[in-house]
Amino acid sequence: MTMAIASLGGRLPIVTHRRELTLVLIWGALLLVPFWLPLLGGYTALAGRVLVFGLAAMGLNLLLGFTGVLSFGHAAYFGLGAYGAGLTLRYLVHSTPLAMLAGTLLGGLAGTLFGLLIVRRRGVYFAMCTIAFGQLWYYLAYSWNSFTGGFDGLRDFERQPIGFGAFTLHIEDGGTMFYFFLLAVFAAAAALMGILLRSPFGRTLVAIRENERRARFLGIPVERHIWLSFSISCFFTALAGTLYALLNNFADPLTLHYSLSGYFVVMTVIGGMRTFWGPLLGAAVFVSLQDYISSMTVNWMSFVGAIFMLVVLFFPRGLLGTIRRQAKA
Amino acid sequence: MTQLILFNVTNGLIIGAFYVLMALGLSLILNLSNVINFAHGNFLALGGYMAYALSPTLGYWGALIVSPFLIALIGLIVERLMIRRIYGRDPVYSLLLTFGLAFVMQDAARYIWGPNGLPLGLPDVLAQPISADLFFITYYRIFMVAVVIVAVAGLFSFLRYSRIGLRIRAGTLDLETVSSLGVNVRHLRTFNFALGCLLAGLSGVLAAGQIGLNPNMGDDLLMPSFIAIIVGGVGSLIGTLFGGLLIGMAAALTTVFYPSASEAVIYAILMAVLLIRPRGLVGEEGMLS
Amino acid sequence: MSNTTLSVRRRTLLQAGLALGASQVVGAPFVIKALGDEPIKIGMVDPLTGVLSALAQSEVDGAKYATAEVNKKGGILGRQVELLVEDSANDVGTGVQKTRKLIDRDQVNAIIGDVNSGIAYAMSQVTNEKKVFHIVAGGHTDPITGTNCKWNVFRVCNTTTMDAEAVTPELVKKFGKKWFFVTPDYAYGHTLQDAFIKALTKLGGTYEGDMLPINNTDFSATLIKAKAYKPNVLLNNMGGLTQINCMKQFTQFGMQNEMGLGGALFELESIKACPVEAQTGWWDFEWWWNQPNVPETVKFVSDYRAATKKTPSARDWFGYVSVHSVRLAAEKAKSLDGPKLAAAMEDMELPPDVALQPGKVVYRKGDHELMPNIFVGEVHPLKGTPDDYASISTLVPGAQAAGTVEETGCKMVEPS
Repeated sequence: MTMAIASLGGRLPIVTHRRELTLVLIWGALLLVPFWLPLLGGYTALAGRVLVFGLAAMGLNLLLGFTGVLSFGHAAYFGLGAYGAGLTLRYLVHSTPLAMLAGTLLGGLAGTLFGLLIVRRRGVYFAMCTIAFGQLWYYLAYSWNSFTGGFDGLRDFERQPIGFGAFTLHIEDGGTMFYFFLLAVFAAAAALMGILLRSPFGRTLVAIRENERRARFLGIPVERHIWLSFSISCFFTALAGTLYALLNNFADPLTLHYSLSGYFVVMTVIGGMRTFWGPLLGAAVFVSLQDYISSMTVNWMSFVGAIFMLVVLFFPRGLLGTIRRQAKA
Repeated sequence: MTQLILFNVTNGLIIGAFYVLMALGLSLILNLSNVINFAHGNFLALGGYMAYALSPTLGYWGALIVSPFLIALIGLIVERLMIRRIYGRDPVYSLLLTFGLAFVMQDAARYIWGPNGLPLGLPDVLAQPISADLFFITYYRIFMVAVVIVAVAGLFSFLRYSRIGLRIRAGTLDLETVSSLGVNVRHLRTFNFALGCLLAGLSGVLAAGQIGLNPNMGDDLLMPSFIAIIVGGVGSLIGTLFGGLLIGMAAALTTVFYPSASEAVIYAILMAVLLIRPRGLVGEEGMLS
Repeated sequence: MSNTTLSVRRRTLLQAGLALGASQVVGAPFVIKALGDEPIKIGMVDPLTGVLSALAQSEVDGAKYATAEVNKKGGILGRQVELLVEDSANDVGTGVQKTRKLIDRDQVNAIIGDVNSGIAYAMSQVTNEKKVFHIVAGGHTDPITGTNCKWNVFRVCNTTTMDAEAVTPELVKKFGKKWFFVTPDYAYGHTLQDAFIKALTKLGGTYEGDMLPINNTDFSATLIKAKAYKPNVLLNNMGGLTQINCMKQFTQFGMQNEMGLGGALFELESIKACPVEAQTGWWDFEWWWNQPNVPETVKFVSDYRAATKKTPSARDWFGYVSVHSVRLAAEKAKSLDGPKLAAAMEDMELPPDVALQPGKVVYRKGDHELMPNIFVGEVHPLKGTPDDYASISTLVPGAQAAGTVEETGCKMVEPS
């Protein structure tokens, strides 16, 4: 295997053969899900949920893993994406693409504007503000009964078939067709994210993560980059939110709650914060575990909480992170 | 009219007092150790449940005094076993750790005491209103405010006049120097965490008398505490005190005129502060950034 | 801590976890059973964690008890019944996902759930899509058998109209027509208040009220307003913990000496969590265990107490009725096919050992709402016998309180 390492910004080794193999494995597995997952006692809707949460976590990872900035309120943008899509489908127009666009814009713009306010803060204070901001939207969603359905959530909307001229994509049935639709959107988003991270912009973010002061001395406008990173990550997470609304035909205030934000962070950490595919893997592990454990016992919260703690104490680099480290050692 | 004014003032004080007590504990832990204790609401609930478990044997007063210290003890153990390992690391880890801890504690409470609400019995003398005209002020409410005042005064004088208090305050500003001056920083942090949990436990006993016990009771108080800290100014205990009182008063006043907005007003204040004066009312620029 | 110890610990944990995981996966679905042995599966989704967990747990208890009873008598259509319970965690996404899991992976023949109306509604969209028979045991929002009624969805618990219409005449008779409402600000609260207003104004009453946040803990401001208004009745629409706190503060302020207290539902689980002074008022019960004149109920209660060591509440009864309803529908339809079960369920009258109350208890055809009696009575502290918290004064037939099918807004669309 040939290994070529680029040194700019620090740690993005480009391992040509290995990378291609990984990609083939991942996409192969994802494409064949409807075949192998039921054999393991899973079901396709579970995979759909993994994809949606995985995308949200990957969006968060742009900020958390690659820029080194912690947001613990990303569910706000996820939920805004969900509500944006739902509200569009319910009140405006019966079109899935437009709903997705509206939701993504809503969440992304909210994040962009909020980012402006707090970009000068760092560390714990930044995180606290993101939590509080997220709760604001949660509160708004569950009190504004007439518009958002309040506590009961937004309902009475459904995913609409998408027409491509002669050919219509019938995703309204849920099931396998919808799963492939989700996969397609996920693939497009992941590709976009990959391009972004490999660009000079992406390299700069890593530089900021590694040593903010040095980056500043190099003349990099740090605040602007952090703000952009925040903003872009919110757009991706909001897109995931729109998919969630389509998955459930429902949007509810809990998609905005800080506990969901916590789940996204956990998924990112479990999978490996500083890796590209880590969050998806983390989402797969977390969603499957939660699904499985909550069917076994009412006390699943203890197990899930214990997993959080174990990961923090013993596996801070997450799965992919540990594997990568072993490979280097 | 006087009834309404009097009512507003006392109610604002009570709600504010609650937020203050909770937020101060959270703030203490945050300032010294840079840890956001997501499980703070659960320590509160645990305090209430402890009081419930102890009051048959110790009576209400005994339970009131003993429970907070038990919670402090539990906090101490938690800090030593778990929180200690993640100091100095990326803040994401402390958030996740306390977040996971919150889950475990909430589930434990549900497992031990059941999902149903439980009442905490108050001594009769406290449950009476103070007069027929002022029927809405029970002795318990006054008692709660009194306890909070005593606790807060106690906390501030402790921090001001005792040696440990001095070290905590110094550590908030510059922990490295404090350490190089020979202070055992590890013990200091443990103590500080336990102190924060003491306050949470006390809030829990007080809350239980007012709203009863249930496993989720801490959740609703966690967010206002965060906001109190941000509004008052991160890094400043006095700021937290003012922040808590401010949002408490605001919530109480709004309930009189427009009840459905009483929670919204807290978030409105948060946004206003973030927009106009991001460092908070009393916070200093550069604190914890 | 040295790096080697950490990695050793880590490796051990990983290995243990992988071994555990592998054992579960390998064991799972590779067992082939003869078709006759295949149990009939009923899926139940309820919020076993979260604020509604007490009520959800009671429903699950009732369902489990009924399942055991059904199996002892030979099961449904000769096959044993398996009840698969999943936790919706009071979250719609999870509830919908678990419903999909039960239908796609576990191939259940019927779904019961959820206590949370929002989740119940979202689940009904999935069950409708997949043509699975669905009983909403305890989710109260009106549209489920109203404007959003569906051919495969049936409901056991009451609508807000039923509850309001049942208790209003009693309250007016006992106390008077001037009321003050304390209502939570969300869909259920709004519909409940509207139903009460309709019932009250029909009898010539007047009212005022306050809308409060769902999680409100302090009611002083509202109670002061109420006291100043000098109503005959304080109508408490709050639910769960907030209901208890409102009552606590009401009695703390001594207001029970000046006005009556009442409302729609005050569930047994909540009554038990109340301090003694607050166990008061006039309420609806969707079912009450203490019916000395109904032998089936007396027997049921003593058997249930022996088996579960607790007295059944309305929620237990909901779970019980739901499972038995599946059995009754299957026996009548001689099939487990969704549309056939639904057709069989319409206008189905529950036999006395399932209805556990006097009169005819029927699933109305037009909107699929069960029409039981509504027990109206006064709550009081215990008088010596365990769980004897209420004295029932009247039984209002559900069909009388419910209004017509047109009024619910339900337009049933038959399966394609």
